[in-house]
Amino acid sequence: MNEELIVSGRNNLLVDPQLHIWHWPIPLYLFLGGLAAGILFFASLFYILGKEKEYATAVRIAPFVAPFALVIGLAALFIDLRHKAFFWQLYTTIRFESPMSWGAWTLLVITTASFIWSALHIKDILPAFNWKYKFLKEIELFFNKHKLGLAWVILIFAIITGIYTGILLSAFNARPLWNTSVLGPLFLASGISAGAATIILMSRDVRERTLFAKLDLMVLGIEMFLIVHMFMGFLAGTQVQIEAAQLFLGGEYTMVFWIFVVFIGIFLPALLDILELRGYHIPALVPGVLVLLGGIIFRFVFVFAGQVSRWLY
Amino acid sequence: MATRRQFIRISAMGAGAVAAGLGGYKLFASGVNGGENAAKAVMASRTPTYCEICFWKCAGWVHTDETGRIKKITGNDEDQHSSGRLCPRGTGGVGMYYDEARLTRPLIRTEERGAQSFREATWEEALDYIAEKTKAVAEKYGAGSLALFNHGSGGKYFTDLFKALGSDSIAAPSFAQCRGPRDTAFIATFGEQPGSPENTDIRDTRCLVLIGSHIGENMHNGQVQEMSDAIDNGATIITVDPRFSTAAGKSKYWLPVKPATDIALLLAWIHEIVYNNYYDRQYVEKYCYGLEELKSHVAGFTPEWAYGITTINPNLIRETAREMANASPSVIIHPGRHVTWYGDDTQRLRAVAILNALLGSWGRRGGFFSLEGKDLPSYPHPEFPKVTKSWRDWNPGKYNLADSPVSNVLVDASIPEPGRDAMIKAWFVYGTNLPLTIPDTEHTIKAIQNLDFIVAIDTMPMEITGWADVVLPECTYLERYDVLRASPHRKPAIALRMPAREPLGESKPAYWMARELALRLGKQDYFHFEKLEEMLDWQLLKVGSSLEEMKKIGVKTWERETGSPYFADGEDIEFNTNTGKIELYSTSLENEGFDPMPSYTPHPEPPEGYYRLIYGRAPMHTFSRTSNNANLFDLMDENTLWVNPRVAKEWGLSNGQPVYLKNQDDILSDFPIKVRVTERIRWDSVYMVHGFGHRDKKLTRAYGRGASDTQMITNVIVDPVMGGTGMRGNFVTFITDIKDKEAAS
Amino acid sequence: MRYAMAVDTKKCVGCSDCVVACQTENDVPIGFCRDWIVETNDGTYPQLVTEIRSERCNHCENAPCVRCCPTGASHITDGGIVLVNKRKCIGCGACIASCPYDARYPHPDGFVDKCTFCEHRLKEGMKPACVSVCPTRCLYFGDLDDVNSDVSRVLARRKHKSLIPEAGTNPQLYFLI
Ligand SMILES: Nc1nc2c(c(=O)[nH]1)N[C@H]1C(S)=C(S)[C@@H](COP(=O)(O)OP(=O)(O)OC[C@H]3O[C@@H](n4cnc5c(=O)[nH]c(N)nc54)[C@H](O)[C@@H]3O)O[C@H]1N2
Ligand SMILES: Nc1nc2c(c(=O)[nH]1)N[C@H]1C(S)=C(S)[C@@H](COP(=O)(O)OP(=O)(O)OC[C@H]3O[C@@H](n4cnc5c(=O)[nH]c(N)nc54)[C@H](O)[C@@H]3O)O[C@H]1N2
Ligand code: SF4
Ligand code: SF4
Ligand code: SF4
Ligand code: SF4
Ligand code: SF4
Ligand SMILES: [Mo]
Repeated sequence: MNEELIVSGRNNLLVDPQLHIWHWPIPLYLFLGGLAAGILFFASLFYILGKEKEYATAVRIAPFVAPFALVIGLAALFIDLRHKAFFWQLYTTIRFESPMSWGAWTLLVITTASFIWSALHIKDILPAFNWKYKFLKEIELFFNKHKLGLAWVILIFAIITGIYTGILLSAFNARPLWNTSVLGPLFLASGISAGAATIILMSRDVRERTLFAKLDLMVLGIEMFLIVHMFMGFLAGTQVQIEAAQLFLGGEYTMVFWIFVVFIGIFLPALLDILELRGYHIPALVPGVLVLLGGIIFRFVFVFAGQVSRWLY
Repeated sequence: MATRRQFIRISAMGAGAVAAGLGGYKLFASGVNGGENAAKAVMASRTPTYCEICFWKCAGWVHTDETGRIKKITGNDEDQHSSGRLCPRGTGGVGMYYDEARLTRPLIRTEERGAQSFREATWEEALDYIAEKTKAVAEKYGAGSLALFNHGSGGKYFTDLFKALGSDSIAAPSFAQCRGPRDTAFIATFGEQPGSPENTDIRDTRCLVLIGSHIGENMHNGQVQEMSDAIDNGATIITVDPRFSTAAGKSKYWLPVKPATDIALLLAWIHEIVYNNYYDRQYVEKYCYGLEELKSHVAGFTPEWAYGITTINPNLIRETAREMANASPSVIIHPGRHVTWYGDDTQRLRAVAILNALLGSWGRRGGFFSLEGKDLPSYPHPEFPKVTKSWRDWNPGKYNLADSPVSNVLVDASIPEPGRDAMIKAWFVYGTNLPLTIPDTEHTIKAIQNLDFIVAIDTMPMEITGWADVVLPECTYLERYDVLRASPHRKPAIALRMPAREPLGESKPAYWMARELALRLGKQDYFHFEKLEEMLDWQLLKVGSSLEEMKKIGVKTWERETGSPYFADGEDIEFNTNTGKIELYSTSLENEGFDPMPSYTPHPEPPEGYYRLIYGRAPMHTFSRTSNNANLFDLMDENTLWVNPRVAKEWGLSNGQPVYLKNQDDILSDFPIKVRVTERIRWDSVYMVHGFGHRDKKLTRAYGRGASDTQMITNVIVDPVMGGTGMRGNFVTFITDIKDKEAAS
Repeated sequence: MRYAMAVDTKKCVGCSDCVVACQTENDVPIGFCRDWIVETNDGTYPQLVTEIRSERCNHCENAPCVRCCPTGASHITDGGIVLVNKRKCIGCGACIASCPYDARYPHPDGFVDKCTFCEHRLKEGMKPACVSVCPTRCLYFGDLDDVNSDVSRVLARRKHKSLIPEAGTNPQLYFLI
């Protein structure tokens, strides 16, 4: 029999018996960040493509979700900080090696941009709205003039944000489950699909919904491919990576991952999208909600399972 | 996931860790560890002390910060006991001061014994009450009816008080529950005992043989340090232990002896050494008595014979005998310390002593050195009155070779027997937690229930204070002056203990209490000084130091006056035995009607479904006294039951599973104990660390943590030679769920 | 200068003195620790091998905890000591998640804490608290650049290993085996 035990010390519940340093705020933050990135990705993309009119929900309405998502996400992140009074230290330096650092800056940019973008379209949802101060009107004017530039900024930062939500985890060499380069694209894809789902949910326009159902289907396919790719990578890897993958292949996270994330969050909505595209009438609510649900559970499962996975010695 | 994960779960087991975390947080805020994390290497001031957490008595320094808060305790570099390094318990001594469960006011019982109902009292009231009760018992039954149990430095002052009153019923558990058989055997053999600290020259040895002694878990500091030196020096370590002890893990040879069969192994070694002429011929011829008798006595005790008993491979017995012989005389068959195991303990330790004698290690470098201490004069006082009724009168003619009173005899003598009344009527208990210390807790409690009166002097609310009529709160060793430590060692030395802080609450040092009682009992002449420090100064001036000097240096060491600590070649030596020689054949045992040479007698084995209960030490705790210490609790919050995987499988036990224990006399453990499945224990035994399973709820952390071995030890095998309580003849089985426990009880 | 520590697993008895000494020296709150003891047992009774290790931060030369810290609170100072500046630390926990050895803990006051190699003592010319207290003298500390330091000498003389070298952290805590 092999026995390995900690004789003394380390009776620290946040680290033992397994790492438990990140709680619900982090996956929530990652999900909301990804969601906002997805929405803004589509908004800026379609604006740049000159499709503002055709896809008005995507470009003008859905982005209103983004600032809320980002602010709630940042609030969640803030809640999880243990030394809150020192929060500002994040913005005294930029450290490119630390995803947390450049991520914080990225979020600053994208959040600001999302507010501006929403402000530019505020009259779409509040027709009676009027800027109280003159300088605000001038600012609005300024950004309306440079809207294309703004769209490019948003597009780029949306992609960075989406990837960042994955890289934040994948940079942790110490947690084998996280430590895979697939995680960046995977989280980006998941964020984009959540963005698409939100647009489908909000859109009243059949054409727009159909296009986004198609896009969603494509992204879900990519996601599925990345997940398979990730597991193949793990299983071809070292002992610790194989053990990490086991968490989802028979281990304690198997059920929730395969049922909630893969089946309910990817497979089922993809199927419904296909049916919808084939002309069956599927209530728009269903696949959209499933994708969002799957997306959020995905973040939770990954953040928690990743903390269980570790090196052995 | 892999093993580490699963096992961590066990050691950091949920609730315990939560409690530690939260409790710790509170303590943190209240000041065990000051809030600002600005660690300072050098503190505002340091005062000398010697540690009271076990009886190795390491000298050290108590460091306090600007606010007077005790921050850390470190060893005194000049000290031979510690060489400047305290053990974990000594380092964690700060937790003794800060324990929020501490006793800080005198308490007087308000209901019958056993019910935990006390009221706080003033010192005046408590002392007057004790004096009155003591007088009443002494007048009615004689001073011999007063018994003092003591363990610890301050016991000296109650001892003086008792002697002044005319009682010799003054016992410490460190004799009959601990090293009594060893001291008796070594006195019978060499005319001298190994002492405390022991005179084992481990640092220079070439071969160290440990019979059970689990150095490294038994954290007697100097020995641990010297064993490590011995490892560095490439010494051979041979460990005889049914359990794979920490020391076994460091040994070249581990002999996984079947429990209770050590004497057979020792006899086989003696056989090998005598019949192969491995012994130190010159030494034995010059100093030893009885070689021929011994030779014929051990003729039949061959390694093959021992194999059948001990399960140790005969070749291994031969090989290890050769190893010892090769190292002779720099070889130590360690005398051990807690040796009250199977009732034939004095004889087992005689075998140990004989082996050492044959290998010529007594008085030799790398064997046993001769101790030298500083004699401290005591302040002139009237003669102590003659003892009219002695503890020996309870069992006339028995235990004559015991050179200290036998604590369990005092317990027995407190219970009336058919045809005779109890001899002991009142107890003073200083610094010993008798219900967890003396085996058969029920028996001890029965004795207490028969007393007219019982006082406990303690620092903590322990089981014993729960049974007392009056509880006197002593301040911890960090807050008091105490006797000067003058234990003999390689060089004579003295160490001072002085207060690093004012006593907490109304707690007081033992000297003050004993003196106040003496004043009330008309014995003030024995307590001349109002303050202990005046007496210490007087003593120190007599040996050429002073209190002032000692406050600065803490430890003072002198060169030896008796010359080399080792015998010179061919030196004539008169040993303090009947024959003046080292007695391989013991005349004193023979005179008392015991076997002059040790023999093996078989001991009962566990019945089907039962396992022998063996116990020992964890390095981070001392008996039951440290279990509520926050710092040490943090290192180990409960004991576990070591179970061999084979047994675990048979019973379906898993790691961390709580089980109740039931012993051969159907005694059930009060609390469940968690299983640790480990190969480190045999399949016929289970193992646990002594000192857990506290029943006193006032112990905020320790209450109900783990199980008490003492409670399971109801079969006590008394050593006929010196009265020690053999405690390892008990067998336990598992009760795996609470319903079963209820049904069983 | 390159500080390092070596732990002699052949002498360590797992007494945990190093743990409690660190706790009192460094005001580590009860319930947390900067160092800890691991015991491994292999084999079947009575053929057993055991190893006892006193573990702490490895002061990795290639420290992931420093790399991932968003504020620069985690940094490497003179002699390669990895430290946390608690006035810069926001308590995000990234460094805790990044350490393959789980050597860091969240201090109840909010910042993250870990072994400092007792930098405050080194400045006074003293050895780290755990090294000074260890009854078996199984902890060796010193400067690897100085061939005469305790740690250089013992590493030159004895076989040793470090923990999870494959994690690429280049640990500076060595275990004599
Ligand atoms: N940390 C710590 N250290 C202490 C103390 C403490 O409380 N805590 N107390 C101190 C005191 S007062 C004393 S007396 C000493 C006691 O310490 P020791 O003298 O070392 O005590 P033992 O009873 O020999 O130690 C128990 C060992 O005996 C083994 N054993 C059990 N049965 C048998 C058997 O039949 N044969 C053999 N050969 N071995 C057996 C057990 O497996 C265990 O390893 O420790 C001292 N040191
Ligand atoms: N079952 C079992 N029984 C054993 C042993 C065993 O291993 N197993 N070991 C035996 C051995 S070897 C020994 S030496 C004895 C030890 O027996 P004890 O010395 O009785 O051991 P403890 O259980 O530590 O109890 C010490 C008591 O002293 C109190 N105390 C601590 N410091 C002070 C102080 O400064 N002043 C005062 N007034 N009180 C203080 C503590 O609070 C506690 O109540 O136990 C023996 N009994
Ligand atoms: S061995 Fe440890 S507990 Fe005993 S006196 Fe020394 S430091 Fe104190
Ligand atoms: S103090 Fe020394 S012997 Fe004890 S556990 Fe720590 S490193 Fe090991
Ligand atoms: S052991 Fe962990 S905390 Fe220490 S330097 Fe390496 S990664 Fe950082
Ligand atoms: S918790 Fe503190 S030290 Fe750790 S990464 Fe975050 S800011 Fe840096
Ligand atoms: S070097 Fe200092 S901080 Fe690090 S474990 Fe040792 S005592 Fe603690
Ligand atoms: Mo003892």
